[in-house]
Amino acid sequence: MSVEKIDIAEVKNELIKGYPSKVARKRDKQIVINKVEDDSVVPEIQANVRTIPGIITQRGCTYAGCKGVVLGPTRDIVNITHGPIGCGFYSWLTRRNQTRPENPNDENFMMYCFSTDMQEEEIVFGGEKKLKKAVQEAYDLFHPKAIGIFSTCPVGLIGDDVHAVAREMKEKLGINVFGFSCEGYKGVSQSAGHHIANNQLFKHVVGLDDTPPKGKYNVNLLGEYNIGGDAFELERIFEKCGINLVATFSGNSNYDKFANSHTADLNAVMCHRSINYVAEMMEKKFGIPWIKVNFIGAESSAKSLRKIAQYFGDKELIDKVEEVIKEELEKVDKVMQDVKSRCSGKTAMLFVGGSRAHHYQDLFREIGMKTLAAGYEFAHRDDYEGRRMLPHIRVDADSRNIEELDVVADEKRFKPRKTDEELAKLAKEGFDFKDYYGMMPEMENDTLVIDDISEHETQKLLEIYKPDIFCAGIKEKYGIQKMGIPCKQLHSYDYGGPYAGFAGAINFYNDIDRMVNSNVWKYVKAPWQASPELMGKFGIE
Amino acid sequence: MNNDNKTKEKEIKATINACKLCSPLGASIVFRGVKNAMPLIHGGQGCSTYIRRYIISHFKEPMDIASSSFTEEATVFGGESNLITGIENVIKQYNPELIGIATSCLSETIGEDISLYVNKYLRNNIGKDNPKIVHVATPSYSGTHIDGFHKSVKAIIETLVKEKINTKSKKINILPGFLSPADLRYIKEVLEDFDLSFTMLPDYSETLDAPIWDEYKKIPEGGTSIDQIETMNNSVATIEFGKTISNEFSGAFFLEEKFGIKRFNLGFPIGIKETDQFFNILEKLSGLSTPNKHKLVRGRLIDSYVDGHKYLFGKKAVVYGEEDLVIGITNFLFEIGIIPIIVASGGNSGKLKDFIQNNGAYISNNEINILNGVDFSEIEEIAFNLKPDLIIGNSKGYKIARKLNIPHIRVGFPIHDRIGGQRILHVGYNGTQNLFDSITNALIEYKQENSPVGYSYI
Repeated sequence: MSVEKIDIAEVKNELIKGYPSKVARKRDKQIVINKVEDDSVVPEIQANVRTIPGIITQRGCTYAGCKGVVLGPTRDIVNITHGPIGCGFYSWLTRRNQTRPENPNDENFMMYCFSTDMQEEEIVFGGEKKLKKAVQEAYDLFHPKAIGIFSTCPVGLIGDDVHAVAREMKEKLGINVFGFSCEGYKGVSQSAGHHIANNQLFKHVVGLDDTPPKGKYNVNLLGEYNIGGDAFELERIFEKCGINLVATFSGNSNYDKFANSHTADLNAVMCHRSINYVAEMMEKKFGIPWIKVNFIGAESSAKSLRKIAQYFGDKELIDKVEEVIKEELEKVDKVMQDVKSRCSGKTAMLFVGGSRAHHYQDLFREIGMKTLAAGYEFAHRDDYEGRRMLPHIRVDADSRNIEELDVVADEKRFKPRKTDEELAKLAKEGFDFKDYYGMMPEMENDTLVIDDISEHETQKLLEIYKPDIFCAGIKEKYGIQKMGIPCKQLHSYDYGGPYAGFAGAINFYNDIDRMVNSNVWKYVKAPWQASPELMGKFGIE
Repeated sequence: MNNDNKTKEKEIKATINACKLCSPLGASIVFRGVKNAMPLIHGGQGCSTYIRRYIISHFKEPMDIASSSFTEEATVFGGESNLITGIENVIKQYNPELIGIATSCLSETIGEDISLYVNKYLRNNIGKDNPKIVHVATPSYSGTHIDGFHKSVKAIIETLVKEKINTKSKKINILPGFLSPADLRYIKEVLEDFDLSFTMLPDYSETLDAPIWDEYKKIPEGGTSIDQIETMNNSVATIEFGKTISNEFSGAFFLEEKFGIKRFNLGFPIGIKETDQFFNILEKLSGLSTPNKHKLVRGRLIDSYVDGHKYLFGKKAVVYGEEDLVIGITNFLFEIGIIPIIVASGGNSGKLKDFIQNNGAYISNNEINILNGVDFSEIEEIAFNLKPDLIIGNSKGYKIARKLNIPHIRVGFPIHDRIGGQRILHVGYNGTQNLFDSITNALIEYKQENSPVGYSYI
């Protein structure tokens, strides 16, 4: 069936009809047929609510979001998992963040997986003693600047106080030691873990080093995790434009840069979901304004660079940015046109992350591919509908579990970056701060938006639509490909990348071209399956 | 390092780069090896997600594991309603014949009474076509993934195998342990060649290595059927691979104690000697002599031992992984003249040393370090001093191979930096031949690439 002939309301029914009625009622609110009204008003979607037991979800846990996602890409903090061995092992380099120390002798602990490897004895009698020993051992081995302690499920239950251990060891060792109460059962997804991680970094690290930055245009990039070398490409572009990257949270990052990040003049937010609250807190405490950027897609990258240049309002930077964009887009355009000739009209679905399902639609659009359905794994309503709905968000018990820091302006360090006149001028030019409008207003009408999609719903969608490509993660990949549909992993990039920036866009176009136009799918059916009549005829003759 | 043969005692310290995985992972793999079964981890949803992610990265196959998705509330008030909702939703979506519940460290710590919950659920649903429900306690603070594996095999047998039915069956049971799908296929082929009917538990040879699908399968095809499992007490014998399995965790021991079914506990059939033992028992059980096909493979294997000897003799290897795999590989290395200078496992059965030292070919004055319950940081430290020529084990040892610039032959689990981990054949004469060729060619390649002259013939 061609996509145009599919009755979307019928599809929605099909997705939920296999569930028990209680589950169906809940899923009904999380599966939405997109309709963009005037002024980009979109329908309400339920998000950031618990996954129902027994429904096979893409989501991970709070610990995964805290240790794996946010702190994982930082190279010189020793991360110790306090708990039994599984959690530490499973988060050992599995996010495929890359890092590039500035000097060969700089510290890099990313290939290490520290765990207290709790045994039954510690579950019964408490694990603080072992944890202290582990911190001491890590210190003796590496003398790092900082050590982070990550709590797993049993830690909260048996009442180990990781923060007390952290304080004690901080005093004893004279280095920064901090703990994270990121037990897996807290919150509804890894999103809670991002929040816990960022809160602690904000409390314990940000603002410790007041050295003024060396650059003229100083920005932080927030919510960039250097999957497949994305950060390296963005660093290249920024450097070419003359923009100084003070800190990235947390792709290719290090401790010192976090400590110094409050000296930047602008926070540019990539993944709104995992870090918008840090941007908010940095604005309140230090006076740094923030804008939403997107470096996935060539056009979006250009737009984001222009926005940064406009913020600084300096002709030298504006001209340089235009020069870089022109030079880069020339290279991109050649590949884009070529790939588009083979991919145009094909269809995609994206179910991943808290921003990727949105951002990657731009790349598909650039090669003429249409997004039929998309959704996030762990995002909240504002990531779907835009920040304008924030006043209407309902704070449930699971969200209240996650600490909201009470932040006030820093007496010494708070410094407004723009005067009132400058702000008025920017406003007149149509410049928006905190400008995240969400995924849905940018999607076409009658596309499907599905929050926290299940395995069951994924398979139904594949059967009904047979899209040309499906984007998800490693857990979904092989089931999708068994059905003859290529799956692009947007967590690990299938070990390819980078996909961010201009060079990244070229990589992405080529990878998608290779996947949707691969010969392998032609051989799925053997000749005797493809035309049984013919074989039968030969058999008789 | 002195020249004594040593086992390392574990002191209280951090684990740096673990050489073991956690117990519910082993359970999930076993449940995936039962026909139409669905694993469910009773705990936080992260356990299912992490374990799925890890199993998938090795097998490159779909792997569904349901979760009871604990919340903070459930940790306080108990997870009964989460578990029951989980079971109901799994039944409605997947209609499995068996649900395998593995309890995580979270639900074990709060002391969930699973049999109470399950019995209540079954009482409330009398008359419905309920799936079998098997529970196994797999707290990750106790043992490793291998303990979870064996405990689950035993739990399935304990739950499903009831009274003895008196039929004159000539069937045998085979409990292969944690082998690759290729290994399981090979063992089945050997048993068929001996004309034996058998029940293999678990059998994920198809569920975790499936062809492309014509249509969507809610649960991948293949696996040991419930009927087969229920009649395991009808068999004449149980063959169980894995010397380090304790009686407490052994399904074969249970069947012997409860139903008087003879238990043959063998090492992993890797190398000539251990494979000969396996075939010897098959000859006895089947009353047939080894089929010519296998005799020929054995003959070729020995022939190749002779051909390859000059490349291997006196080479020093690091071997690590699960204890029984490591014992199997080490036995084989003794046969071909490679000295296993480090024999290491994150497992800690306490039996590794005995089995290595009791091997007939073991030479007591060799510098052989037998390390129980270790992590990769310790393996690495010792390896650095001993200058090995190659390392043999899963992907996690790559860092050591890279630092030492020596060949790394990948065996076991997890293998995520190469394709085809599920297709590596380790066992039997065929598997040994495969390992032999891989090891020899890796050493030849290394020599060739590092040789300035005479590199066409090596």
